[in-house]
Amino acid sequence: MSKKLKKNLVRILVTAAVLVILHVIPAKGLIQFLLYLIPYAIISYDILRKAWKGIINRQPLDENLLMAIATIGAFALAVWGRGDYTEAIAVMLFYQVGEWFQAYAVGKSRRNISELMDIRPDYANVERDGALVKVDPDEVEPGTVIIVQPGEKIPIDGVVVEGTSSLDCAALTGESLPRDAAPGMDVVSGCINLSGLLKIRTTKDFGESTVSKILDLVENASSAKSKSEDFITKFARIYTPVVVGSALLLAFVPPLVRLAMGISPEWSDWIYRALTFLVISCPCALVISIPLTFFAGLGGASRQGVLIKGSNYLETLSKTDCVVFDKTGTLTQGVFEVSRIETAGPLSEDELLKLAAHAECASSHPISLSLQKACQERCGCAVDRTRVSDIKEQSGHGVCAVVDGKNVSVGNEKLMRSLGITPSAVKETGTIVHIAVDGQYGGCIVISDRLRDSSAEAIKALRKSGVRRTVMLTGDAASVAEEVAAQLKIDEVHSELLPSGKVEMVEKLIRERGSSGTLAFAGDGINDAPVLTRADVGIAMGAMGSDAAIEAADVVLMHDDPMGISKAIRIARKCMRIVYENIWFAIGIKLICLILGALGMASMWLAIFADVGVMILAVLNAMRALFSTRGLTLFVH
Amino acid sequence: MKKTYAIEVDCANCANKMEEAAKKTAGVKDAAVNFMTLKMTVDFEEGADSKTVMKDVLKSCRKVEDECEIYF
Repeated sequence: MSKKLKKNLVRILVTAAVLVILHVIPAKGLIQFLLYLIPYAIISYDILRKAWKGIINRQPLDENLLMAIATIGAFALAVWGRGDYTEAIAVMLFYQVGEWFQAYAVGKSRRNISELMDIRPDYANVERDGALVKVDPDEVEPGTVIIVQPGEKIPIDGVVVEGTSSLDCAALTGESLPRDAAPGMDVVSGCINLSGLLKIRTTKDFGESTVSKILDLVENASSAKSKSEDFITKFARIYTPVVVGSALLLAFVPPLVRLAMGISPEWSDWIYRALTFLVISCPCALVISIPLTFFAGLGGASRQGVLIKGSNYLETLSKTDCVVFDKTGTLTQGVFEVSRIETAGPLSEDELLKLAAHAECASSHPISLSLQKACQERCGCAVDRTRVSDIKEQSGHGVCAVVDGKNVSVGNEKLMRSLGITPSAVKETGTIVHIAVDGQYGGCIVISDRLRDSSAEAIKALRKSGVRRTVMLTGDAASVAEEVAAQLKIDEVHSELLPSGKVEMVEKLIRERGSSGTLAFAGDGINDAPVLTRADVGIAMGAMGSDAAIEAADVVLMHDDPMGISKAIRIARKCMRIVYENIWFAIGIKLICLILGALGMASMWLAIFADVGVMILAVLNAMRALFSTRGLTLFVH
Repeated sequence: MKKTYAIEVDCANCANKMEEAAKKTAGVKDAAVNFMTLKMTVDFEEGADSKTVMKDVLKSCRKVEDECEIYF
């Protein structure tokens, strides 16, 4: 608790105590007035001073002045014997209680959230002349070897050169399972080293490292304001003048009319009603609870590894009714693997694979890479380029080369037919690579991309959270796409699309979606940046370490689990629900109080209770957004 | 040119008022105050000196909210 908060708490308690004491002292007249002036001064001196400054600076319509007028007015009515001193002081007292609570709650949630995002490393260990020196991570040049001890945070992105350990990346990804780190592996900053000592060669500057990018993103997140926030700011701007204007009318018009009609004007009664109006005129509950909800929502989401770039995206995300996926790398792992080898001649499976890998040795196409990798893993032999000569790439067909003196052709069906060979028909989905050796068909290798384990569940969860249409876009062949879609139960598939075709397709879907819902696109951010930008909300998956994705997307999932998409949507929906609850609740209660006040049925007590009560409830409601998806795992299974 | 400053202010409404005041200050193209993170982002006009402009911004903010602080 800050000093100021403590001081205000003391003021509130002292005033309350003095009020109780004065209640039993039977003073009358001037003495009573002077006695009651003491607690009033204690509780309202700062408000009165601010109100006075407001007048001097020609900024009169602020809540300080309104509270000052309302309480001084109530005091004056009490002096005339038409009111009650306690009421005037109590109004100010409760107003201060509300202010105090608000400051406390905001401070608390601010601390909570910054603790959540406590991933900023303070130092990096560098070895200098045999001794470990702690330096500012900013001063570490790329290529430096840094040392991370167990329990420390990795300060800068890099590659492990020595040591093995497991890393806790929960602060970044929300994923509680530790990751392994071993020499040669890339590690990202912000993870905590759990067990062993690691020596890491840095690959980036601190400013370019994952942890800096994320902190930057989180800290600047709420600068883009949502429509609801704008609405509240505008509402607050007109609400106060309107209520004050009505208060003036209420104070003067009815008594004057009554006077004209020849009945008693009842000045004090109408002035009292007008003062009640002023008490309700501060839009505090709304002004504080809406940004607090968004802030808590963004914070709660980032704890789950979902970074949302601003409250406006939270709002758009909450309206998602169509989710478009990129296939490779999003729903599938994006890692091509040899899944089956079929021999049709005298060559064994391993020999076939070796020949294919060698023939493809010059290519960096994912298919070639997967062949080379499989060769290494299955046969334990690296590709030896000296065994290969005369490599002829045949675009769109495959490759022909001489391996160990044999003419090897590796490619698709078209290539085989051009060689006069009829390849065997393979029904499996995936990319099929046929191999012919010296004009004889040798067999084929099936390469496929594996689905992510949670993809099917993720689609189901999306549907349960209210998404009506799921679409998959892919550059892959129709047969592969259809099968993946059938396995995952996706509504719609568009295959064989070029990157520009994906943008066109998303544009078409946006036109079709109508005006109420929004369209989210989820991709891995590697080559779909234009689509990420074009969609209403672009979601980049598995963005840890990928700068392009972090920049292009509006929502960044730190891990590569597609479940994160529905998680993000659920967080957004919950957050917006709370925002609307607070808007309706606060405006509703205030309107009711205004009407009751105008009819003379609400006392100032009721007005201040309503004002402070609504604010406290709205703030508490807003805090719920921080604890987003506790029920999520239950819900999915 | 955009710069972000740490601020101190007590209430959300006051933060909005500071934002309004900062926006109206000469040399400021746009300003945004984030009450939750206690930050003010100021977009300066071409050729404006951020230090002198910020002095004016603080002055106009103090007018609407005398207990506020901007660290620049």
